[in-house]
Order: sequence, then structure tokens, then C-alpha cells
Amino acid sequence: MATLQATARRRHRRLVRHTLDLKLSPYAYIAPFFLLFCAFGVFPLIFTAWVSLHEWTLTSDVHTFIGAENFTTLLGDGYFWNATFNTFSIGIISTVPQLVLAIWLAHLLNRPLRAQTFFRITLLVPNVTSVVAVVVIFSQLFGRDYGLINWMLSWFGIDGVAWAEGTATSHVAISAMIMWRWTGYNALIFLAAMQAVPKELYEAATLDGASNLTQLRKITIPMIKPTIVFVVTVSTIGAMQILAEPLLFGAGSGAGGITSGGPDHQFQTLALYVYDLGFNKFDFGYASAASWVMFLFVVLAAGVNYLLTRRMGGAFK
Amino acid sequence: MATPYSQARRFGRLAVPVLTASALALALAACGGEAPSGTTAGTPAEKVTLSIALFGDFGFKPLYEEYKKTHPNVEVVERVTQFNDHHNNLVKRLATNAGAADIEAVEVGYISSFTAQADKFHDLKQYGLDKRQSDYLDWKWQQGLSKDGSKLLGLGTDVGGLAMCYRKDLFEKAGLPTDREKVAELWPTWEQYIETGKKFAGSVKDAKFVDSPGEIFRAIVNQAPVGLYDAQDQIVVGTNPEVKKAWDLSNQLTQNDLTAKLAAFSPPWNTGFAKGSFATIICPAWMTGYIQEQAKDATGKWDIAKVPGGSGNSGGSHLLLPKQGKHPKEAAELIDFLTSKDNQARVFKEEGTFPSIPALYDDPSIQSFTKPFFGDAPIGKIYSDAARSLKPQHLGPKEGDVRVAIGDGLGRVEQGKQTPDEAWAQVISDVQKIK
Repeated sequence: MATLQATARRRHRRLVRHTLDLKLSPYAYIAPFFLLFCAFGVFPLIFTAWVSLHEWTLTSDVHTFIGAENFTTLLGDGYFWNATFNTFSIGIISTVPQLVLAIWLAHLLNRPLRAQTFFRITLLVPNVTSVVAVVVIFSQLFGRDYGLINWMLSWFGIDGVAWAEGTATSHVAISAMIMWRWTGYNALIFLAAMQAVPKELYEAATLDGASNLTQLRKITIPMIKPTIVFVVTVSTIGAMQILAEPLLFGAGSGAGGITSGGPDHQFQTLALYVYDLGFNKFDFGYASAASWVMFLFVVLAAGVNYLLTRRMGGAFK
Repeated sequence: MATPYSQARRFGRLAVPVLTASALALALAACGGEAPSGTTAGTPAEKVTLSIALFGDFGFKPLYEEYKKTHPNVEVVERVTQFNDHHNNLVKRLATNAGAADIEAVEVGYISSFTAQADKFHDLKQYGLDKRQSDYLDWKWQQGLSKDGSKLLGLGTDVGGLAMCYRKDLFEKAGLPTDREKVAELWPTWEQYIETGKKFAGSVKDAKFVDSPGEIFRAIVNQAPVGLYDAQDQIVVGTNPEVKKAWDLSNQLTQNDLTAKLAAFSPPWNTGFAKGSFATIICPAWMTGYIQEQAKDATGKWDIAKVPGGSGNSGGSHLLLPKQGKHPKEAAELIDFLTSKDNQARVFKEEGTFPSIPALYDDPSIQSFTKPFFGDAPIGKIYSDAARSLKPQHLGPKEGDVRVAIGDGLGRVEQGKQTPDEAWAQVISDVQKIK
């Protein structure tokens, strides 16, 4: 009897432990991420908000509380709105063609090919190249006097395009660098999604006489809609935070004005403006205010694009 | 040494994070291996590693080797960062009290912002370096003092007396004289310099007269008695007629299409040297070393003439001793060594940066010094004369930021984005924002 009772107790205890394990363990498993996220994500976010309410510079130990003054100054700051415009402009010029190209590339690769792995790895190579190397090379390609691109344009009678000097041209040059790095990466994500689309659909469509392009439009794109939504969202966030490309392009192209993105701020993005304020002018309070507004812009842009892409997907169904 | 000499390495900025990181790692590793320092400092057995942070090649490397002969326990590690980053990093490192090198070089455009933070640096008088006062040009010495004048924070390395470098082959092509005396007669004033430029542009089509207006602007301002700041450290860009005059003259270069539109110290500017894209460039002493490095196969094509508009100073540096360092005594000795009379003379001969010690200006070995690269131009004599007749100018704490704002303005005119008046209005409003 005694042993039976003991066994029952043990069994009960095990059951409790088992329930606890089921209920709590998942949280324990994900806790490390959230602890790190709190330390390096949430805390800086809140602290930045706190700093943004102060007159706070690196060189002074006195931090005066000034309420929303940094934000009101920011709203009247022409350079800030210029940077906002540049960010959206570069974002659109780089992201839209990039995603179209990525889907097309993925579609091309989504068929039996020789040396498939080779092609897929090749797609990823630009992405693993250092951004510094990419920008140095592209700055030379887009050089005004001795650049390869201007040399080729001269065959068609177009001479001496000063890529870094113009607003539109500099945006195109920077977008080209972004596209070079990210098109292949996104194509691979699309490709992974495309491979999960049932082959029967294509076979049926082929029997019905649907062309390759129709199959892409009517089958592939609707079927990979969740992936498209994901890629669009991530790309939007990425495009809003472009920093290294304009910074290094300013240094490498010889247009002058490094952290100002050219002497006319012609390719200064929001992230570069924040960097200039924070780490060049050491005005942390104002830079924090700018980062917070930038954060809101990112949320807004990502949200709008999320809604748009979801609707787009719906239209196909 | 010098000045934006290696702002020069703006291209190098790309490699900067990597370089800095590795240099830092080296320095840390070296520090880690040391015996507990401070208490036993100076005992011959103890190994001391001194880091020295520079913004270009100061030509010090052979000097470290020589220093080792007399101080076998001292190892010197050089950290080189691009011009703007170097000074920016120093501000950060002083504010956070971590990461500064044992010895930091500061260019004259930034010196007042650091001498205003006297509590972050050692007073070199503690190490007996006030004995060097009689060696120096008085104004160079004054620049290294704390704001109230009581402490000695930095010892000068070089000064950037002005001259004008020009390409003889391009001048010949334009039908202009090539002899340096005759060339100097072409342009006693900046107005005449611009007129010469117009003549040049009339006959030479595949090269421009000057690289870009930015450094010319700096030179013209530096020739004035008062520059961007007044003696009370107030920015006077908007009210000083000399600044406006320099602005107008620089823009005339642009408006007459005389510039190659190559922003100084950028990679395309470097290419411009190699390709001979421009015929003249403003030439503080430290620039000579730079030209020689960039235009390697142009030996004998460049020459040096007197600068238009009288003498002035552009650039030059000091070596400072941040309090963060663990070996201030050894570092102070190294500063004394690197800036000594003999070593300044030696660095000049090898690198081109010109001494800040006037006794050397009459030294026969300097007076008679010529360089084959510049067609055996008597550069010792040219820069001695330039340095002797220098009128020092007061430089303010945000000199660098103000210059960037004006440089951007000149750039906007050069790139055809704005008229000079529009650009000037924006410069004034940008400068007002500088705190």
C-alpha cells in the first residue's frame, strides 16, 4: 500500500511538473531573446525618447529639459524634410524595380536548370560582399570624369553626367548600389516560396494553354502573396534606414559634403542626417528627436505598404 | 605634420573603421601585456607602449626607430585615421573618457576647441616642456596654450606657409611663362590670378586652371588679419568683409569655368593629380609631399611660385597629451623628441611639412634645400620666406564646422545648384546654427 501511495504521489508530482513544463518552458526558451531585446531594443528606444526632450550635447554635462522644443524645431527644419524626401525617393527608386526584378529572377530559376545551386549561390554573392566595397566600386563606376558608366554613355553622345551632383542622378546611383546588393537576396526568398507552390497548378494551367507570363501573374504571385507582403515590409524598413551608401558615396565621389550628403544635401537620407546631427555635431537631443520622428515614418511606411500589398494580393484572387 | 594632408585619405576613410579597430586591438593587446604601470614607470626593464593618433603620414616613422635606440623599452604604435574622423573621434573619446591615444595630433583648425577643454589634457609644463618656448614661432606656441594661457597643452609640429604650385607643361601649352619668378609676377593679387586663369582657359581645353575653389577660399581668408572668428571667439562670417571678398573671388573662379570641380582630398581629386586635370593648386608646405605622392610620374612637371595676395598660414598641427594615457611622462618625452629642432628639419626634408621653429629658417641646410620633383625649386627658401612673413590669425573653436558650411556653399555654386547670393544666404543661416 505504502509503495502504491508513494507511486501515486510521485505520479502526481510528475504531472504537476509536466504541466508546469508545458506552460512555462516555452517562455523560458524565448526569454533570452526578449531579455536582449529589452536591453538593446526597448531600453534605447525609451532612453532616446527621454534624451529627445532635452538640450543634450556630448560636450556638456548639463542636460536641460526643454519639452518638445526639439520636435518643433525639427518640423521647421528644411534639411530634415529634404532628408525625408530623399529617403522616400531613394526608397522607391531602389525598392520597386528591385522587387519586380527579384520576382522575375526567381521565376526564371524556378524550373529545372543545370547547375541550379551555382545560380542560386551566385544570386547571394552581391549580398555577402561588404557594403564598403560595393560603394567604393560603384562610386568609381559613377565617376564624372573617368567613370565606366559615363564612358559607355559617351558612345550615345551623352557626355559627362555628374552623377553625384544632381539630385535625381545621385538617387539613381545610390539606388543602383542598393539593388545590386539586395535583388538576389530577395529573389532567393521568392524562389523558396515559389517552390512550395503545387506543381499541379502549373500543369493544369499549361494544359489550359496559359502562357508563362499568365502563369506567373495568375498562379505564382497570388500563391506567394504572404512572402511578397513579408519582403515588401522588410525592404521598406531597410530602405528607410539607408545610411552607409550615401555616406560612403559622398566620401568616394568627390562631390563634397560627406555627412551632409553632397553640398546641397542632395542625397542626405534621414539616417545620414541623424548620424550627422549625433556624431558629427554631437547634438544628441536633436538627433534623438529626429530618430523618433524617423521611427514613426518607418512604422507608417511599413504599415501603408503592408496594407497595399495585402490588397494587391486580394485583387488577384 | 600637416593638415588635411590626409583628409587626403578620404578614400582611406573607408578603411578607417577596420584600421582603427585593428590598431585599437593592437594597442589593447599591448597594454594588456604590460606590468602594472605608473608606479614603476621609467625603470629601464619595464616595457612601455605608446600610441600616437595622427590623421595622415606625419613622416614620423623613421623617428620612432631612432627613438628606440635611446629608449629601448618604448614601443610606439601609430594609429592613422582620416582627417575629419580623427578630430571627431577625439571629441568623443575625451567626452567618454576612454579610447584616446597617449599622444593625439590636432590640426590648427581644431586646436581651439581642444585647448578650451584644458582639464582633459596634461599640462606639458609639468614635464618641463615650457623650456621649448624660445624655440618656437610665438603664435604657434600661443596656439598650444589653454584658453586662459596658464597651461601648455600642445607642442607644434609644422606650419603651413602658403605658396602656389603649378604645372610647367600646362603653362607652356597656354603660352604662359614657366619660370617661377615670372609666374609669380603674373599674380601679385588674386584678381590677377583669376585673369591669368582666363588666359589659360583661352588656350588649354583639356585641363582646368585650378582644382576647386574650396582651398583657395581658405587661403584667401587666412591671409586676412581677421578670419572666420574675432578675438572674442565670435563667428564673424556674416560681417567680416574679408570673408565676403574671399567668397566672391572663389566664386569668380567657378563662374569663369576655371575649376576642375574636384573636391579636395576626394578620390577623383587624387586621380586628377595623376591625369594632370588642373594646372595650379594652393600649396601650403605639407601639400608638396601630397602632390609628390599622388602625381608620381610627374617629376619635374610641377613647380612652386609665390602665392597671390601675400603670406598666410593654412594648416599645421600640435601634439597633445590626453589625461587618459597611462604613461604621460614617457609620452611627454616622445612629444619633445618628435617636435625637436633637428627632427622638424628632418621631417621637412623627407615629407615636406615645414618646421615651426624659426631658427631653422636661416639654417643653411634648409635655405639651400631643393627638390628634384619640383624642378629643383628652392622649397626651403620659399617656405622660409612664407613662414617668416606670416601674420598669425585667431582661430575659433568651431573653425572646422564653419569651414565645412562655407565649403558646401562653394560646392553648390560650383555644381550649378545656386547663384552665389543664394548660396551665401544659406551659408549664413547654416553658420548661425553652429553651436
